Amino acid sequence: MMDFVGRKQWFFLISWILIIIGIVSLIISQIQIESPLRLGTDFTGGTSMILQFSPPVEQSQLRDEMAELGHAEATIQNAGDGNFIIHTREVTRDEAGELAGQIGAELDSQVEIADYYFVSGTVAARTTRNAVIAVIIAAVAMMFYIVWAFRRMPKPFRWGSCAVIAVVHNVFIIVGIFSLLGWIAGVEIDALFITGLLAVVGYSINNTVVVFDRIRENVSRHISPDFAETVNNSLIDTLGRCINTALTTLFVLLALLLFGGATIQYFVLVLLLGVIIGTYSSVCIAGQLLVVWERREWRALLPFAKRTT
Amino acid sequence: MRSRNVYLLIFILALFGFALWSVIPLDRTVFGREGLRLGLDLAGGSYLVYQADLSDVESGTEGQVMDGVKGVIERRINALGITEPIIQVQNQEGNYNIAIQLPGVADVERAKEMVGLFTVLEFREQDETGNWTIATGIVDDDELPLTSRYFKDETYITISQTTAEALLIFEMDEKGAQLFRQISTRLMGKQLAIFLGDEPLRGEDGQIIAPTVQAVIEDSGQITGLGLADAQELSRVLNAGRIDVPLGRWADGEFEPSVPLYERTVDATLGQDSIEKSILAAGIGIVLLLVFMILYYRLPGLMACLSLAVYGAVLLSIFKLWPTGAITLTLPGLAGFIVSLGMAVDANVLIFERMKEELRGGRSLGAAVEAGFSRAWPAIRDSNITTFIACIVLIWLGGTLGAFMVRGFAVTLLIGVALSMFTAIVVTKTFLRLLVGSKVITNPAAYGVTPSQTVRNVK
Repeated sequence: MMDFVGRKQWFFLISWILIIIGIVSLIISQIQIESPLRLGTDFTGGTSMILQFSPPVEQSQLRDEMAELGHAEATIQNAGDGNFIIHTREVTRDEAGELAGQIGAELDSQVEIADYYFVSGTVAARTTRNAVIAVIIAAVAMMFYIVWAFRRMPKPFRWGSCAVIAVVHNVFIIVGIFSLLGWIAGVEIDALFITGLLAVVGYSINNTVVVFDRIRENVSRHISPDFAETVNNSLIDTLGRCINTALTTLFVLLALLLFGGATIQYFVLVLLLGVIIGTYSSVCIAGQLLVVWERREWRALLPFAKRTT
Repeated sequence: MRSRNVYLLIFILALFGFALWSVIPLDRTVFGREGLRLGLDLAGGSYLVYQADLSDVESGTEGQVMDGVKGVIERRINALGITEPIIQVQNQEGNYNIAIQLPGVADVERAKEMVGLFTVLEFREQDETGNWTIATGIVDDDELPLTSRYFKDETYITISQTTAEALLIFEMDEKGAQLFRQISTRLMGKQLAIFLGDEPLRGEDGQIIAPTVQAVIEDSGQITGLGLADAQELSRVLNAGRIDVPLGRWADGEFEPSVPLYERTVDATLGQDSIEKSILAAGIGIVLLLVFMILYYRLPGLMACLSLAVYGAVLLSIFKLWPTGAITLTLPGLAGFIVSLGMAVDANVLIFERMKEELRGGRSLGAAVEAGFSRAWPAIRDSNITTFIACIVLIWLGGTLGAFMVRGFAVTLLIGVALSMFTAIVVTKTFLRLLVGSKVITNPAAYGVTPSQTVRNVK
């Protein structure tokens, strides 16, 4: 029988490593680009466009050329197949056409503006404000839901808190990964990033509720006098469901990520990471936190604490 | 019990049949709906939003003026031969916006030029060769064109007591009266047409609206001989032309004409490419999913696949037949569909896992099916609530200009999740009940439980 609860310190260690990498990345990003996450056109305003080059050009060539033409501050992402996503200051469509023409002439390649996106500062400010409001409303509503969903659990506050910690942990890891992608690969977060994040928060709460529901059921059936063993049995009971649900969604998301084109690949990536991490935290973190709290083994949470078996 | 399931099966089959009929082929017109409405990221096209400078407009009349501006822009864009543009007036926090959607391959540059023009209309007369030239007059030694700017008040429509015809009544201001007197004297018995840019206004029948001057016009006059609809439309457009309503955007208290507040233009070939790639990707993913379900859950898995087929067909049908333009299929919407498919599978998985447990516990097949459903239901219900919360918040966020792509995802996910609960609870359950009840296949192995497992009992 697999012992998920017994290995909890290993799981906590893995999570700590991921979270610490995320925090370090947020700090580096703040220093390098003056923002913990690289903000996209939706939030900063300006122009972003997908340039299609045939034959393909090198990203470094493109960067040099953009700098030459007065767009040194532009963010350039390589989207594969000779496509680049460029985010720069406000450029009208006419100016964008000229810019693309000049770049094409210099780099000896045919350029096409496949997607042109222009956002005024006022719109961007409103989007940012509304995205923050949306996140707050969703968080409050989900907290209410958790309080309600855990009303029949033995210790609603404790169980609810563990579920919330698990979800916050998931969000932190995803944000950390995108911060890392931001200053390494120029990946920007946009309104769809927030969307994906809220969707996967919903998904991970679902998972945790299903797992906790089973723990509750098994506690009331008295399957074992030991709480840790009860939790472990419950995790094993729900393991099939958790993994199968995740797998079926992952099949399709993975296919979409690999074959679905550049336009929404990072949105799909948020969903994909959310499903993986959400499943991981439901199986390896949330229930284990309950055990830690029950036994008051707070030291077990620390990454380098002496392992108790 | 048995007969109820048969009725449910008939209902499900009828629903499935209807859904299939309505979506195959996808581009056939059903109930006035043709094909799926594709968002601009898939169809290509432009979405432009301008703010209106209403500083010259009397307060309280902004709404009417904007309706007029909308009519003017509609005419200009139609004149470019762009099909089915969608033009909307939005009121955002006291600012009026004009949102313009141009689908498919469109000459965006030309459209933008047209939109950027002022909304003033000109009166034109015909020269000897039949060309329409601007009708002008002399006021204070200046040669001025006669335009809609000289209307003193809103034009309006009355119905003639004697002839029951629609009359368009207009009044001119002081300069306008002088101009109109000179021009109407000169053009007595000739036609005077109304132009928006280089395009004449046309009636519903496509004919140029060019009333014949029948009297000298000074302070006021009337246009007769128009159909009611034409007269109302003309009045609306003329009223919009009374005042300059420049379109552009506000930035730091300054108005920048012709600069859009927001623009997104997607090349139609990129859209086509996205469609092809997404269909391939979704196809591969769905096939993997179905194979997995059948291999892992055997017979119930097959039932789940059948119910997913019902789910897919009904969802597509909803997308196609939804009455308003609220549902457009976008790339994020496609991702929403996929996540909702995952949720639909999840509901089935929850049920089947419970069922397996019951079978292993030594229950009969029929009892296991019932217990599986009743015990999984609270979890299915509760687990979808957070998704609903997220969707509702996201639909609100999607109302923000810069985030309108968000709405496609949220709407699809919301409808998909609601429908997925129905397919799991009604469709899969009915299939399984009938299958178990028919006693055709009773071997537990077909339900994913090996005989040795059935011996094991719960603690």
